[in-house]
Amino acid sequence: MKFGVVVFPGSNCDQDCFYVVKDVLKKPVKYVWHKDANLSGLDCVILPGGFSYGDYLRTGAVARFSPVMKHIADFAGKGGTVIGICNGFQILLEAGLLPGVMLRNRGLHFICKHVYVKTDNNRTRFTSLCNAGQILKIPIAHNEGNYYIDPAGLEELRDNEQVVFRYCSARGEISDRYNPNGALDNIAGIINKKGNVLGIMPHPERSSEDSLGSRDGHLIFKSMVNWLETKRL
Amino acid sequence: MIVEIYIALKKGVADPQGLTVKHALESLGYKDLADVRMGKLVVIKLNYKDKKRAEREVNEMCKKLLSNPIIEDYRFKLSGE
Repeated sequence: MKFGVVVFPGSNCDQDCFYVVKDVLKKPVKYVWHKDANLSGLDCVILPGGFSYGDYLRTGAVARFSPVMKHIADFAGKGGTVIGICNGFQILLEAGLLPGVMLRNRGLHFICKHVYVKTDNNRTRFTSLCNAGQILKIPIAHNEGNYYIDPAGLEELRDNEQVVFRYCSARGEISDRYNPNGALDNIAGIINKKGNVLGIMPHPERSSEDSLGSRDGHLIFKSMVNWLETKRL
Repeated sequence: MIVEIYIALKKGVADPQGLTVKHALESLGYKDLADVRMGKLVVIKLNYKDKKRAEREVNEMCKKLLSNPIIEDYRFKLSGE
């Protein structure tokens, strides 16, 4: 099993993701430069956080035309596992691999803090080791995490159980009070209909070891490894 | 030929930036504001003068890259030098 971490100009969580896969999960991993066209041999592609292309125009809007994105679309089309974290999520939205869009945080501030998210769907390859409704403590760090989709789109997300994570209190209460950025329906993470592409605003790679104050993010990586090991072989 | 493209959030999409600017203007004493919406202006200088081609290409540019049709509308105007 091999992971690839895509590097765009302006990515800044690529090394953290690489480190978690290599040193925490102890799995093979390589960097994939955004101009690379070769995803062969990879089982999972990670689109890391950061400020690809300086967030110019709209977050993710320029990165989605990087040469590698066409190959990621093909990879995802064939059922390959793709996870986009923060800016990676924004890129997946702009690329149309996930539905919806990110608006600026309603408070207009860049928010960098630990938040709690509730696992709304644990029947995915990204959350299979989480209990139903499990509350995870994972940090966010973003300026555009205010998820938006039109009412019909939201209905569809709900009908297909595509909402995977929602912002909540430490005890799992979901309300506007525990919504850091104004995201519609407290949405923090969604999957595509096929279930092989996840976008998540919080940073699991920044919460995969006890020394970082939480290792809840590790559960997401472990779930992916578990799925890749059992379903693929 | 020059094209000026205006991109703004669609009606009904929350514009926190516009709201903040509205509050700031109100605090300066401009109390008679119904709404403030923020947007973007993109100015492109074209190497050609064919108006039809410009309209076609600018529409494509807006749909492909410059605006996100889920939340944004665009309009543009063409002018000579």
